[in-house]
Amino acid sequence: MGLDKLLVISAALFCCGLYAILTRRNAVAVLMGVELILNAANINFVAFSHYVSRVIGGQIFAVFVIVLAAAEAAVALAIFLRMYATTGTVEIDAADQLKG
Amino acid sequence: MHLGNLASLTFFLPELAVTATILLLILVHVAGKSRYSAAPALLSLAGVGAALLLVALQPASPGRLLFEGMVALDGFAIFFKALTALATIVVIFMSMESRDLAGRTQTEYYVFLLSVLLGMFLLAASTDIVMLYLALELVSIPSYLLAGYLKGKESSTEAAMKYVVYGATASGVMIYGFSLLYGLTGTTQMAEIGRALAAGKAPLPVFLAAAMVTVGFGFKIAAVPFHMWSPDVYEGAPTPVTAFLSVGPKAAGFAVLVRFFYTVFASPDAAAGMWKLPPSVDWTLLFGVLSAVTMSVGNLVAINQNNVKRLLAYSSIAHAGYMLMGFVLLTPAGLKAILFYLVVYLFMNLGAFYVVVLVANGTGSEDIADYSGLGRRAPFAAVSLAIFLFALTGIPPFSGFIGKVYLFAEVINRGVYWLAVVAALNSVVSLYYYARIVKVMFLEDPKESAELPVPAFPRAVLSLLAIPTLVLGIYWEPVARVAANSVRLLAF
Repeated sequence: MGLDKLLVISAALFCCGLYAILTRRNAVAVLMGVELILNAANINFVAFSHYVSRVIGGQIFAVFVIVLAAAEAAVALAIFLRMYATTGTVEIDAADQLKG
Repeated sequence: MHLGNLASLTFFLPELAVTATILLLILVHVAGKSRYSAAPALLSLAGVGAALLLVALQPASPGRLLFEGMVALDGFAIFFKALTALATIVVIFMSMESRDLAGRTQTEYYVFLLSVLLGMFLLAASTDIVMLYLALELVSIPSYLLAGYLKGKESSTEAAMKYVVYGATASGVMIYGFSLLYGLTGTTQMAEIGRALAAGKAPLPVFLAAAMVTVGFGFKIAAVPFHMWSPDVYEGAPTPVTAFLSVGPKAAGFAVLVRFFYTVFASPDAAAGMWKLPPSVDWTLLFGVLSAVTMSVGNLVAINQNNVKRLLAYSSIAHAGYMLMGFVLLTPAGLKAILFYLVVYLFMNLGAFYVVVLVANGTGSEDIADYSGLGRRAPFAAVSLAIFLFALTGIPPFSGFIGKVYLFAEVINRGVYWLAVVAALNSVVSLYYYARIVKVMFLEDPKESAELPVPAFPRAVLSLLAIPTLVLGIYWEPVARVAANSVRLLAF
């Protein structure tokens, strides 16, 4: 598989993620969209590391992104859980106390 | 100078001090009996104070690259480390005073606060995009938790949720931009990326990557159109956290914005004494427009706010707009103006939030209407708040005026007249809503006549914030000199 095909896959994944973030009203689904974007970036890093740079820097970057995505998901899910406990929903539209 | 891992440690003492304090705090949390004691706050004060001292002792020149080129130690990094550490100290004082936070577990709060500080230290200094991303997330992730720290309060949870959703999206888009930059140049070192881009090819992907990276940084400094999170988060978060977010991470965001764009998308031009753009991308006009829109939206929306925290949120968006003016000029004088403005902004903005905390402790409210008659109920707090608000407006003889003079002078000097006109009009608009609070405090009758007591300790801290706000409006030369020196050492 060549670099161009990998880049197309990653671009498609990025667009799917962005679409999910913009259209989904459920906070957990939005978080899934974010994960798609991060994984699209990871595919880029690994592909570029293999085809362009030929040093391992990009793959290390991908590992860091995976770890930080896990940390971010842990914190985000804890916050969503707290929100569910206080308001009984994780719909983003329901969070409308603060506005103006 | 390029240093290896072990040799770097001697130049990494402030960060190590903060890390040690975080670990100690966790030990105190495990060993301590009361979850509400003041010990964690005092321990963090000592730790951050030690870090600030170590920062002050760090040699600014010659600039060094630490940890195999991951982190820079130069005047620019030292300046921002000192600035963020100072902001953290004030915020710790503010947190000890806040009644909202008194009912919550203390240790975890300070662990998060100091983690953000460590992230800001690294963010201002990172010279590799891996390090940059790591530092940015170290700033962001504990910030989400801090924003939602008032458990059971719906607005705080909502603030945290909005923050995490916007923040995760922004950093995701930014990391995709980084992956494109890596693919275009084959390296993660910012200086090398800059050299490869200066060779000048493939303008469209470079522009795309620049736009995506801008999303991440724009989110951190709350520039329009990436500002939507900030009013909600600022209103819902505990007030000391709001104060912290509006100064610390914003300053660190400016640091990383400047370092990244001035090394990757520009290169130092020794002959002209400024930075020059690569032939492939011209981003200065884009950022000029961004700056104008940011200050206009911030100021115009602030007019209609009834909640003081929300008003200060929009005002801090506007101030980010003013500071962006210095960023687009690509001159050392423009950068110096940003650095000077950040120092002034630290004192006046934290001071304003400190008064908000004190008033909320007494009245339990953050509505502007409840500030009526504050001039009679708590004269000291009201006069201090008036000082901070007039300084934020930027009228003489307060320090905000000098900050704006430096920014405006350089903008006019470089011939970007339209931006100077927009900024001047914005300052006029801002006078309206800042003065409205002052009017409510001094000219309207109080709803309750009971005096609002302000204890001696907050009074002292408030004075320590008000005095620089006044003095820097009259005698600012030393700070301006420090800012000028911190700029010169930026380039490697």
